[in-house]
Amino acid sequence: MEIFRIKKDIPFMRYARMFNVISLITFFVAVGSLATKGLNFGVDFTGGTVMEVSYPQPAQLDRIRASVATLGFTEAAVQNFGTSRDVLIRLPVKEGVTSAKLSEQVLEVLRKDEAGVEMRRVEFVGPQVGRELFESGALALLFVCLGIVAYLALRFEWKFGLAAIIANLHDVIIIVGVFSIFQWEFSLPVLAAVLAILGYSVNESVVVFDRVRECFRSRKYRHAKVPEVLDAAITQTMSRTVITHFSTQLMVLAMLLFGGETLFHFALALTIGILFGIYSSVLVASPIVMYLGVSRDDLVRPEAAQKAGEDGAVV
Amino acid sequence: MNRYPLWKYLLILAAVIVGLVYTLPNFYGEVPAVQVSPLRSNLKVDTALMERVDDALKKAGLVPEGLALDATSVKARFPSTEDQLKAKDAVQAALGDDYVVALNLLSRSPEWLTSIGALPMYLGLDLRGGVHFLMQVDMKSALTKRLDAYGNDIRTLLRDQRIQYSGVSRDGQSLTVRFREAALRERALARIAKDIPDLDLKTAEDAGEYRISAVLKLEAQRRIQEFALQQNINTLRNRVNELGVAEPIIQQQGADRVVVQLPGVQDTAKAKDILGRTATLEVRMVDDEKMLDLAAMQQAKAGQVPFGTELYYERNGQPVLVKRQVVLTGERINDAQPGFDGQTGEPAVHINLDGTGARIFQQYTRENVGKRMAILLFERGKGEVVTAPVIRTEIGGGRVQISGRMTTQEARDVSLLLRAGALAAPMEIVEERTVGPSLGAENIQIGFNSALYGFAAIAVFMIIYYTMVGVFSVVALAANVLFLVALLSMLQATLTLPGMAGIALTIGMAIDANVLINERIREELRNGNTPHAAIYAGYDRAWGTILDSNITTLIAGLALFAFGSGPVKGFAVVLCLGILTSIFSAVMVSRAMVNLYYGGRRKLDRISIG
Repeated sequence: MEIFRIKKDIPFMRYARMFNVISLITFFVAVGSLATKGLNFGVDFTGGTVMEVSYPQPAQLDRIRASVATLGFTEAAVQNFGTSRDVLIRLPVKEGVTSAKLSEQVLEVLRKDEAGVEMRRVEFVGPQVGRELFESGALALLFVCLGIVAYLALRFEWKFGLAAIIANLHDVIIIVGVFSIFQWEFSLPVLAAVLAILGYSVNESVVVFDRVRECFRSRKYRHAKVPEVLDAAITQTMSRTVITHFSTQLMVLAMLLFGGETLFHFALALTIGILFGIYSSVLVASPIVMYLGVSRDDLVRPEAAQKAGEDGAVV
Repeated sequence: MNRYPLWKYLLILAAVIVGLVYTLPNFYGEVPAVQVSPLRSNLKVDTALMERVDDALKKAGLVPEGLALDATSVKARFPSTEDQLKAKDAVQAALGDDYVVALNLLSRSPEWLTSIGALPMYLGLDLRGGVHFLMQVDMKSALTKRLDAYGNDIRTLLRDQRIQYSGVSRDGQSLTVRFREAALRERALARIAKDIPDLDLKTAEDAGEYRISAVLKLEAQRRIQEFALQQNINTLRNRVNELGVAEPIIQQQGADRVVVQLPGVQDTAKAKDILGRTATLEVRMVDDEKMLDLAAMQQAKAGQVPFGTELYYERNGQPVLVKRQVVLTGERINDAQPGFDGQTGEPAVHINLDGTGARIFQQYTRENVGKRMAILLFERGKGEVVTAPVIRTEIGGGRVQISGRMTTQEARDVSLLLRAGALAAPMEIVEERTVGPSLGAENIQIGFNSALYGFAAIAVFMIIYYTMVGVFSVVALAANVLFLVALLSMLQATLTLPGMAGIALTIGMAIDANVLINERIREELRNGNTPHAAIYAGYDRAWGTILDSNITTLIAGLALFAFGSGPVKGFAVVLCLGILTSIFSAVMVSRAMVNLYYGGRRKLDRISIG
C-alpha cells in the first residue's frame, strides 16, 4: 500500500506567503489569549490542594460545595472527574489556612454527609514549592531551546538552525495558546509534553533540511532555483512526515482514549503539538529558510558555507 | 552486501536474551508478605530471629509459602492477604516492640532470577499507592534555638567566672550582653571568645552601657543547619518505623528539605500526624513557689501568667507553671528506654544524655534537689508536659531515671516520645502527593492499556502499509519495548504514570526511524535501484537522519531530567532510555531480520514493502 505516490513536486513555496499569514494569525491569537486570559495553571505551579474523592453513588456537587464552604473555602472548585461518582475538589492557597492538614479536614466534613466517600488522591503543593516548580519548568524550557539551537547551529548552517527554532517555538506558543483559549489546566505533565514535542518536532525540520541539503548537492537539481529545491525536498519527505506523525498520533490517541483523566491533558498537548509540528516544520521553517536567503553556496562547498555562516552571524 | 557478520547476529541475540531475562520478573506478579526488621541496630537479623518468626506463625496456625532471610529483614510470604494480616498481628505480638513488622508485597519471581539481580520494575507511588511528603526544615528556628542555648551558656559562664553583667538578651539572630563597666566587658569578651568559638563578637557603647553583640559565624550556621537536617532525618526514620512501612524512603533534598515516601500507606491522616508531629522537647524547671500561690494559679489559668513563667498542662489535665528558661533541649537526649526501677520495681524511663547535657543536668539537679522539673513536648507551637518528676538527688553521668506514678504503658509512651520526639528544628509539609491503592492499580491499567492499544494500532498500520518489511519493523519495535522494560528493571528506575506514558510515547516515536528507512528503500526502488542496493542505501542514508532526529529529543529529555521533579523525572528517564534503545532496535534489529530474510538470496527480484 502506498498513499503518497506524488509524481510532480508540489509548489509549496508559491503559497509561502499565505501560510505565513495563517501562521501569524494563529500566533497572534495565541499570544493575545495568553496576554489577556493567561494560563490556567495547575496546582503544581500555583500551590494549593487538589483532592479526588469517590462516592458509592453519583455525587451531589452542590452539597459537596456547601460542605467545603463551611471550612471557609467559598472559591473552591468542585467538579466531576471522569465519572459522575468521582469528584475533584480544588482548593486555592489561602494565607494561614492552607496546610497539609487541610485535606483531612475536608474529608472529615465530606464524611459527615456521606460515610462511604473514599479518598483517591491528594495533591498539596505549598506556595513556595509551586513557585520553584514554575521556575524550574521555565528553566527547562529555556535549556531545551538553547540546547536545540546549539545543536542545530553545530549540525546545520545558521539559517537552518534559526528557521527550525522559530518554527518550533511557534508550535510551543500555539500549544500553550490553545491551553489558554480553552482554559485547560496547565500542569507539570503538560509541560513535559510540550518539551517532548519540542524535541520531537525539531526532528521534522531536521529531516526536511537534511533532504534540502541532499538536493542542493545532487546533480539533478543543479540548475533548479532555491524554491524549487525546497519544494522537491518537502515533497520527497512528505510521505515519511505524514506516516510517522500518523503512527505517533495513533499511540497518543490510545492515551487520549484509554489514559483516563490523568493522562488526558498530557495527550491533548501532544496531539496539538503533533498536528502543528507537521505544519510548522514544512510550511513555516522552509519559507523562513528561503527568506533568509539560503543558497547553494551555503551547502555545497563546506568552506564557502562556513564563510557565509560567519558573515551572517556578524551582520 | 546485505549480510551481517556472525558477531552482529550474536550480539542481537544476546541483547534479546538478556532483555527477556530482565523483563521476566515483571510478569510474575506479587505475593502478600510480612517483613520483620529490628528497630535498633544492636538487634541482629539471623536464623534465630527467623526461627522466632516461624514459631510465632506455627502457634497462630499459619503456614507461610516461604520464609527468607536477608541482610536487614526476615520476610514471610503468604497465599492471601487475609493470612498476611493475621500473620502480622501474630508476629508483632510474639516479638514485641523491638521489631517493626510491616506488610509488604514481594515479587513472585523465582529465586534464580532474584539472585542474578533481575527484579521487577520499581513502581512509583502513583502506581502502587502511598504517600509522598516533602518536608521543609525551619532552619531559622534551628539557629535561634542554638543562639538561645549560647545565651544560656554565656550566663553560666559569666556567673562561674564572677563577671558581673546586667543582662543577656536575644534580638532576632543576634545576642546582646550588657555590662556596666568597660573592664568587665573586656574580661567577658576574652572569655566568651575562648569558650564559644562559634560566635562572632562585636562591641558597642550606648548611654553608659557597654555591650557585646554576638552573631553565629557563617561556618557555624552551616554546621548547625547540617546537623539539624541530619537529626531530623534520623527522627523521621524513627517515626516512620513506628508506622510499620516496608520500604520507606527518607532522603535529603537540597539544603533544607527532606523527602519522605511511604509506599502502601493507606491511613494518611495517621502518617501525617506522626510525621508532622513537629515536636521538640525541652526540659525546664517547674516554678513550685508560684504554683503554691492559689490566686496566682487561678489568674494564670485565666490567661495572666506570672512574669517569667508559662502555663502548660499535663496529659491528665493538671496545670503546671514552668519557668521560661530552658535547661536542656531534646537534642541533648541520646536515648530513652522504658524499664523498671532497680529498687522499687516500679515502671521507669531511663534517659541517656550526651556530655554537655550531662554536665548541665548535674548542675541543675545539684541546685534544685526537692524541686520539680518538667519535660515539655512542643507540637505545632503547643506545649504539653510529658512528665514532671521531683528531683531527689544530684544526678551526674548523664544517666537519668524517671519513675513513680507511671504504668508500664506510660513508661513506654514517654520513652518513645523522648526518643522519637527530638527534632532539632520544626518541620512543615510543603508538598504532599497521596494516591489511594485503588487509584494506583487503575493507573497501572491505564498506562498498560494505552501502550498496548497504541502498539496494536501501530502494528496493524505498519503491516498493512509495508507488508513484510512492516512485520520486521513491528518486531523491531517490540524488541525496543523489551529492551526498554529490561533496562528500567535493571536500573530499578522508578516507574511512574508519566513514565508509562513515556514508554507509550517512545513506541510512537521510535517507529519514526523505521518509517524513515522504509520510505527511503521505496524511494531507492522507485529510482530504479536493485532491491539489494535499495536496502543497503535505505539503511545507510537514513542512519544520519535517525541520529539527528533522536538527538534533539534527547536534549529535551535531559532538560526534563535535570529540572523536572517526581513523576516528570520518571517520564524523562524513560524518554532518554527509550531513545537509546530505539536507535539500536530500529537500526540493528530490523536490519538483521531484513538481512536474514533477503540477504541470502542471490537473485532478489522484489522486496515485499507494499
